[in-house]
Amino acid sequence: MKPVSNWAAVTAFSLAIAGCVTINIYFPAAAAEKAADRIIDEVWQLKPEAATKEGAPSR
Amino acid sequence: MKSVWKAVFVVSLLSATLATAQGNLEVDTPAISAIKSSMSQRHAQLAPLYASGAVGLKSDGSLAVHDANAVPLAQRGKLNALVAAENNDRAALYREIATANGHPEWAGDIRNTFAQRWIDKAPGGWWVEGSRGWARK
Repeated sequence: MKPVSNWAAVTAFSLAIAGCVTINIYFPAAAAEKAADRIIDEVWQLKPEAATKEGAPSR
Repeated sequence: MKSVWKAVFVVSLLSATLATAQGNLEVDTPAISAIKSSMSQRHAQLAPLYASGAVGLKSDGSLAVHDANAVPLAQRGKLNALVAAENNDRAALYREIATANGHPEWAGDIRNTFAQRWIDKAPGGWWVEGSRGWARK
């Protein structure tokens, strides 16, 4: 493996920190919308459940 | 010293990936499943009430009696009970999703998201509450 430069390490570290901060502070609107769509489809039986599982396009 | 940086690099990259991979909300807890099945069972009774306009979708993610005259007098008590039970479940659902994801304070945002999606997905003919009051889709 190639030696990792300090800069790469620092960049990755900041990325990690930024990721944590983002996840913890902001409401994940897109994820919430996806979750809502899945649950509404199930409750209203709009689609067969298998189709609503993973990666179903929202429209 | 070099190996320390390498370790920092690897760990950070992993956690950055994890953090960004959280594109989904946790919605598969036993509590949420229980609420969902209770709601889908109730939906069989609610569906005709949505269609007749007796019940409408409010802009705050709950249900309301929109036109009580659409059901016979004798069944109005049942209508109110159904709406109240559904609203209890919906409030619990929004709260449970928020807590399941470690952020009870998200319940309001989750409620707003659902409110919009219930209305968007409602079939034509149902009554929904918009910014200018009730309207038939």
